[in-house]
This record gives sequence, C-alpha cells and structure tokens, in this order.
Amino acid sequence: MPPSSPSAKFLDELIELLSSMRFAISLLTLLAIASVVGMVIPQNEPPNVYLNRFGQLWDPVFSALGLYSVYSTAWFIAILAFLVLSTTLCIIRQFSPLLREIRSFREHAREASLRGFALSASLAPTLPPEARCQAVTSYLSREGFRLRVNQREGSTLVAAKKGHWGHIGYFLAHGAIVLICLGGLLDGNLLLSMQIHLAGKVPTSGNQLISQIPPSAWLDTRTKGGFRGNVSIPQGQSRDFAVIASGDGILLQRLPFHIELKHFNVEYYANGMPKRYTSDVLITDKETGEKFEPTIEVNKPFKHRGIALYQSAFDDAGSVLHMTMHHFWVGDHPDSQPINAEVGGSIPLGPFSLEFTDFKPVNVESMGGQSKEDRSRNLLGSAAATTEFAKDMNSLGPSFSYRLRNSAGQTQEFINYMQPILFAGRKYLFSGTRSDPQTPFSFARIPLDEDDSASTWFAIRRIFFDPKRHGALVKSYLSSNKPNNEESAAAREGRKLFAENTLAAFTQDGWLGVTHLINTIIPEKKDNPSPEEADSREQMLEDTIILSETVLSALTQEAWKIAREAAGKSTSAMPNEMQELYIRDALAALNQTYFLPFYLQLDSFEHRQATVLQAARSPGKPLVYLGSLFLALGVFAMLYIRERRLFVLLKENEALVAVSSDRKSIDLDETFARHRDGLAAALGARPT
Amino acid sequence: MEQATPSPTFLSMPTHTNCLAKRNIGDWLFALAVIAGTGFAYHRLVHVMDGTDIAILILHALLLIAVGWLWRPFRLFSVTVAALALFSIWLYQGDLTRSIDKETLNGVVKGVFFLKYLLSSQSAISWMSAFIFMATGAYWIGLAARSSFAERTGSALTWWSAVMGTVGLCVRWHESWLLSPETAHIPISSLYEVMVFFCLVTALLYLFYENRYNTRKLGAFILPIISIAAVYMLWLAFNTTAYQIQPLTAPLRSYWMKIHVPANFIGYGGFTIAAMVGVAYLLVFGAETPSPQENRPPLGLRASLAGHLPEPRVLEDIMYKAIAIGFAFFTVATILGALWAAEAWGGYWSWDPKEVAALIVWLNYAVWLHMRLTRNLRGTTLAWWAFVGLFVSVFAFIGVNTFLGGLHSYGNVSGS
Repeated sequence: MPPSSPSAKFLDELIELLSSMRFAISLLTLLAIASVVGMVIPQNEPPNVYLNRFGQLWDPVFSALGLYSVYSTAWFIAILAFLVLSTTLCIIRQFSPLLREIRSFREHAREASLRGFALSASLAPTLPPEARCQAVTSYLSREGFRLRVNQREGSTLVAAKKGHWGHIGYFLAHGAIVLICLGGLLDGNLLLSMQIHLAGKVPTSGNQLISQIPPSAWLDTRTKGGFRGNVSIPQGQSRDFAVIASGDGILLQRLPFHIELKHFNVEYYANGMPKRYTSDVLITDKETGEKFEPTIEVNKPFKHRGIALYQSAFDDAGSVLHMTMHHFWVGDHPDSQPINAEVGGSIPLGPFSLEFTDFKPVNVESMGGQSKEDRSRNLLGSAAATTEFAKDMNSLGPSFSYRLRNSAGQTQEFINYMQPILFAGRKYLFSGTRSDPQTPFSFARIPLDEDDSASTWFAIRRIFFDPKRHGALVKSYLSSNKPNNEESAAAREGRKLFAENTLAAFTQDGWLGVTHLINTIIPEKKDNPSPEEADSREQMLEDTIILSETVLSALTQEAWKIAREAAGKSTSAMPNEMQELYIRDALAALNQTYFLPFYLQLDSFEHRQATVLQAARSPGKPLVYLGSLFLALGVFAMLYIRERRLFVLLKENEALVAVSSDRKSIDLDETFARHRDGLAAALGARPT
Repeated sequence: MEQATPSPTFLSMPTHTNCLAKRNIGDWLFALAVIAGTGFAYHRLVHVMDGTDIAILILHALLLIAVGWLWRPFRLFSVTVAALALFSIWLYQGDLTRSIDKETLNGVVKGVFFLKYLLSSQSAISWMSAFIFMATGAYWIGLAARSSFAERTGSALTWWSAVMGTVGLCVRWHESWLLSPETAHIPISSLYEVMVFFCLVTALLYLFYENRYNTRKLGAFILPIISIAAVYMLWLAFNTTAYQIQPLTAPLRSYWMKIHVPANFIGYGGFTIAAMVGVAYLLVFGAETPSPQENRPPLGLRASLAGHLPEPRVLEDIMYKAIAIGFAFFTVATILGALWAAEAWGGYWSWDPKEVAALIVWLNYAVWLHMRLTRNLRGTTLAWWAFVGLFVSVFAFIGVNTFLGGLHSYGNVSGS
C-alpha cells in the first residue's frame, strides 16, 4: 500500500469507525434510550400539560431538547440517518468477502490445515481406493451437500458445503434495516418540516374559518411528500382537504379529489359498544371526473391516487334538537315553550348563553355489578354463561349535553336523557350537572307521574321556588296538618313561622340553608358550654332537623296536591305508598344543587353525523414493506440456515474427515459425529 | 403424554434432508387426522367463513402437521386437545347454561358434571393453573431429591397443563359463539386470554426443549415463571371482571389478530425461557464440581446444582436457541402488527407506546444476538442480559398497557 495522506487516512479511519459493530451497537442503544424517553413522556400534548407536569424549571429544558416530540426532532432523525449510513457501510464492506464465502468450496484447503480443525477424524477405509470417491460423493449428495472434487497429487479432496445461502440472510436483514429507515424517513415529518422551512409554509392557529386561512398554510396537491391528516365530513357534505397537525397549529393539505359523505352508520353491540362504523362516500377525482362509491370502515381503507382514506372516528355534525323548555323562574312567560337548537350552536338567554355541545343517540350502561363472591363462584363453568354482556345492561336512550355560560365566561355543564330511565324499580328523568369537566356528573332524578310525565314535578318546582306562593302553600300545609288536640294561636303562629322560614331557607340553599337556619335559631349559650349543655343542644339540633324534614315533606305533599289539582289529575289516582315514594323523590330532586331556572326536555331530534377520516400518503410504504419482508426472511435465514463445510481428504490408506462452520455451536459436534460415522460406514471403515 | 423417544445421543437434532422419507406411519395418520378435522371444520363452518378465514384454516392445518412431524409428542397433544374440546362442545349442545347450576321452576338443575368441573372454559383454565402449580412442585422435588420419577411427573403435569389451557381457549371460542355470534372471536384479545395463551405457549416451548435436549432438570427453573403468570391470570380473574367474554372493539375485528398475537407470544415465551435458563446458567457457571475420580459429594448448593443440571455450554445453547426462536417470531409479529396498524389506524408506525416498547425489546435482543454471533461473546454477561431482558419484555407486555395507555388499550388491567 502506498503511504496515504493524512486526510485519506482520516477518511479511512472514519469509515472504519462508522461501519464498525461498536458504532452500530452504540446507535441501537441510543435509539433504544431515545425511544424510552418518548414512551415515558406522552408525546405531542398541549404545552400547558407539560408545564404542569415538569414545572417552571425543567419544562423549558425538556422543550428545548425536543422531548415532547422526540420522534421528529433533528437529533432523533440524525440517529436514524447514522444508522442507515453505518448499516450501509457495513453491508458494502461485507459484500465481497461474503460473496466469496458463498461461492467458494475451499477445495484447495491444505492437508495440514484440515488436520488442525477442532473437528476432524482420520478413518481407515476398507473400500478399494477407486470406489472411495464415489462412495463419499454419493453419501454427501444424499445428505444434501453441494460438493466439488479436487484431484491432486497423491490425494483427492472432496469439499462439500451446505447452508451457505444462509449468508444471504445477512444481506437481507441488514438491507432491510436500511430500507425500513429510509422508508420511515420519507413518511415521517421530515418532508413536511422541509416544506415548512423551504417553501415558507406557516402553520396556522386553527381557530379560523376555512376561507380565512392564509395560502401559506395550504399545501397543494403537487407536493408528493408523506402526510397524515384528518378529514371531517358532515353528512351530505363534501370536503377536499385534510387537516394536518403541525406543532401548535395546523396545515391544510389539498386533496386531488372531493369526498362527499353519503351516509354514515354506526352499529352497536348489545352492551352499547360501537361494533363497526362505516362511511358510504362518493369520491370524485378533480382531474378526470371519475367517481367511486366505496364504503370505508375500520380495517377497510380506500386508496386513490396514492392517498389512503381510513375510518378514524365520528362526530356530531349539528344534530337538530327539538326541545321543551320548562321554566322555573318567575316572570311573564308561559310555563313551558318549545325551543330548537343545533348541536354546536348556542342560544342567548338573558345574561347567559346556552351552548349545545353533544348529542348521543344511544347510551347503554351497566346498571348492576357482580360481587366478589359471585365472581369467585363463576370461575368454574363457562366464561360466557357468567358474562355480564347484555345482561344488566340498561338502554338509557338518547342524551344531549349543553353548557350554560355566564357573562364572566364561567360554565356549568348539563347532560339530559331523553327517555325515562328505570332506577331501583322506579322511573325518573335523569339530568346531570357539573361545573368542572374533570369531575363526574351529579345527577338529579326527577320522579314521574303514573303517565310517565314530569309535569307535576315541574309544577311543584315552580310553587316551591316562587316566594309569592309560599304564603298559600304554608296555609294549606297548616290546615291539613292540624294537631289532634286544640292548639293555641301562639303555637300555630310558631308552626307557621317555622314552616315559612324553613321553606325560604331550603329554596335558597337546599339542606345546607336549612341547617344554617337551625344553627342560628338555636344559638350557643356560652363560649364554653358544659358537656351537658352541649349534649342537650346537640339533641335539640337533631330534633329540629328531623322536624324540618317532616315539614318540608308535608310542604312537598301540599305542593303536589295543588299541582295535581291544577292539572286535573286526581290525588287519589296514585296509591298511598306510591305517593310516599313520589314525595320522597320529588323533595330529593328539589334539593339537588340543580338550581337551574329551567329544564330542557328533548322531544325529538334529527341526528346529523360527521365522519372523521384519516387521509394519508406514505410514499415510503413500499420501501418499508419490502424491507419488512427482507427482514423476516433474513432473520430466519441467519438464525436457522446453518452453514456446514465438510472436507474428506482421501489418501491411499486414510480418509480424513473435517468439519467447519462459520459459527461455533454445540450441535456442530453432533453433526460432525454423525457424518464421521456415516462416512465411515460408506467407506467401510472404523474411526482410527 | 409420555411418549418421547429417548434420544441416542445427548443432543439429537433432526436432519431435514429428506423430510417425507423419514415419516413414519404415525406421522401419516396424524396428517390424515388433521386433514380430516380441517375438512370437518370447513364443512360445518363454511357458511360463516370468508376467504381469509379459509386461508387461515388451511395454514393452520399445514402448521399443525409441520409441528407434529418436526416434534412428534405434539401429535398426541393435538389429538388429545381436539378430542377433549370436541367432547366439551358436544356436551354443550348449543346451550351455554348447561355448564352451571341454574334455578328453574322445578328446582335447581345441576350443570353437566364434565362441563362444570372439567371442560368448560373457566374450569379447564383453572385446571391448567392447578397443573402448572403441581408441575412446579414436582420439578422442585425432582431437583431436591434427585428423583427422576418426580421429574417425569412434572413433565406429565406440564403436558396436561398445556392440554387443559388449549382446551380452555378452544372451548371459550365456542362459548363466545353460543353467547352471541356477533361477540364471537378468537380468545386472544383480552389481557386475561393472552395470559392463558402465554402460559400454554411457554409450557409447550419448554416441553419442546425438554424433549430436544433430553433433560427434565430445567423445569424447576421455567415452571415457576409460568406459575407467576398463572397467579397473575388468576388475580385478574378474581379481582376484575377480565375473565368475561367481551365483544371486540372495531379495530380489533381483523384477521390480523389471529396471526399477530400468537406470533408475539411465541416471542415472549422464547424470551422467558431464555431468561430462566440464564438464571440456571448463572447458578451453575463457575461452581466447583468434584471430578468423577474424587468420589465425594459436591460442596454447597451451587455445586450440588451444577452436578445435577446440564453443563453450562448446553444451558447456553438452550438460551441461544430460545432467544433465536423468540427473536424470529417477535420480528414477524412486529411486522404483522405494522401491517395491521396500517389498515386499522392509517399508519404502519405511529410511535405508540406499545410499538415503541416492542421496538425496545427487539433492539435489546438484536444487540444480544449480535454480541453472541458476531462478537462471539459467551458466558455470564449474556446470561445476565437474557435475565434482564425478561423485565424489558414483561414491561412491554404488561407494563405499557398498565402505565402508559395508548392504542393497545385491550390489555388495561383496570378495565373490565
């Protein structure tokens, strides 16, 4: 070799390093560590999530390192690129040695080197010399070896080999890594970020109408890079772009075709789980005008012009809700009036706005639960016979959600079910509310009349919460709850006052208000009451609370009578024990923190859905799939095709058998022993 | 199930030079039985199968024949499983409630005895767990008392655990049909089901090596880990409603599941066996064993073990073979998963936590194999590595679903 210049030497060393096993393994380790980071830290969440989790100190550091989107950071892509480089160099370096290895029979191996093999044996053949070569070659061919015979001076060498094609596995498996990484880079965010940087594309915030989105956020159909974006299409409408999330904003990818949603359909299991969702769409090619009418569903995508459309999710697209609003507040308006709204729309309501957020046509919930004992017992027997599937499942019918937003922007969220729901043997209207979206709903159960209508309860609600009607209510309460013996005027006045005050406190603040009231009318006597005094006060408080409960029940009963009579429903139509339960439920529903000035009852609806498709173009996919095929074949070839080389040197009085393999393994000994004995039999010899 | 032909040499590896010529009458009868069974299944179920189902049925038959020919004890295993599963299905007579006691107007009707206590899915799976625990005990007694009888018992019990586990899953599949045709699915979709599958696959893989290397000593190391899996499975059953048959979510309704999941669990099974053989290796390696001439009892527990277990180089070979088979199948499983993801989620790779965990497991063993095959590394480093690899695999298998969520939400422990 001529002496090389320092720079050439440096290049050689660099290539040596890059193609070395050490370097490759370091890269794989780095890749694994980076992946662990990306796995443990949830990726691509909104920024404030990370700020909350990691705090002021670490959040900027992690953010700068790209730990929130590890897989698209420059350093991660650099690792992959180095892996491609290293593997490619490794393949190039191994190419000609391995090719030589595959081709060669090593039929010129020298006797001395054969004797030096760890696995070699000398046999003394009894077969006549001229028949020996024939015997050896036919044995080896029978055993599946390929062989070459080298006649040389004084001896014949039969060089045989098997499984040498296993080396192809090396090229397949390592080539596969290169292909998969290249394909992955093509499909990844690399091209997208190149467009952002080179073509001046700017992600937009997304809170805009489509027509207002600047051209800088649009990617036209000529760009051939990979992308994955969502296409949300309401029923009967058509879209021709996909929304790609990019950083904090979005980019819009124009599609070469229009997608019109003809029909969207969801099938449910008996337990309410969606079983399959399908979108019947009409696809119209923009250039040729060709039309396709595929049905897209999960696991059954549709492909056109290199863009695949997948069923991803579904959404409400402004279902129309026809409702009755039952007013509870006092004013110049009818008790109830019809209102209509669309999901996604809002209605102004004095200082509030009423925002309709969701509609669900089907709700199924498991109302029962199995005890642990049941479960243990069920462990014997069939799994299916003891499965809760479709048992204890209660179809709750349609539901809709809305928010009441005040002028300060604070919201209270509600969910109302359309149909009466059976709960513990009785039917109710269910309405849930919460002020914090993170907490579960707390539900009010509104009891129903014999005819499943809630109008009596609505009337009770109006009577209870109208201070002008309190006087009449209390009066009617006093007259129907006369004590048996004659009561004094003072006692009667006392009862009246207590009833009025309790009612006022309850309608103001529910049971909390009543408790507060009682605490104020039974004041603490001293700063330091004696234990006896404290006990007696406790007793008094308790008695008064029980009394207030009785009074409120009785007031509810009176309001119930008034409401029934006003509606022309006889009070005797309801059996006594049902009455009792009704009054209990009605009072409980009045007490809920359900201080809403109205109740929205859903009468009918027009369900409008949108399908959410995912549009993806992955130009790297053929490369990745080819690579995957190579990888599978290569791994099996490398691990399961074992190279065996067997040499038989035939001399005048001796046959030397030697075996070698590229990998030392324990079964090589066994292979050697078997062929040694096989050859000995073929040559009529015993091992010497 | 004790019909393994004793190998003449310690390591009798088959040669595949002329596959058909080496078939004996049992092989041909087995193949015939599999073909007949496949034909029967086709005849009975052709109206509910689509093209891919039929392709999978045929592939499955070919696979059964191949494994039966390559590993003869598997023939009797398959036939026993088929017989018991068919018997159970016959006992059901299309009525799920025959497996449990039920109250009717005329008093309590007892469940069919064989179904209730033996062959309904839950009972069969309970028997599988019981056999696993008993086998563990038997192997330990065998190791402690140097009793080959106890070891043979352990081996037979392991066979029976695999039989009952497989019967349990087959019957569970049938039960899911009886429950409702729309719920019906191959029982490898929930965490509970795959735990059962893991137990039986690992037991079968172990029995394969036991047979191939003609040593029953390693059962004492491998059965405990299967026992732990069985305990976890029972814990799931007792503490959650995971044992119930639930319908599949839309993305899981795919033929890919039928091949992706089994391939994955052959992978996990292989890695598990390698890890436990690694433990055996670490215990034995370097222990002072008396030479035969010394004629004295070995000193200390490790030396005593070393005198009893296969020699380290054999342990290392088993470890390599188990990782090789695990790695090969794990590679295929990950590729199949990518193909499935491309259809269901719109991308072959989404950097979902489960995918990343699979990548990490794959990288781990890829580096292990490079170290062994290219660097010719041997010894305790690789054994430790294989052992630690088990924790990586367990995390990928259970930990990711428990702690990180993501798209593979089927296996959520808290989910019911």
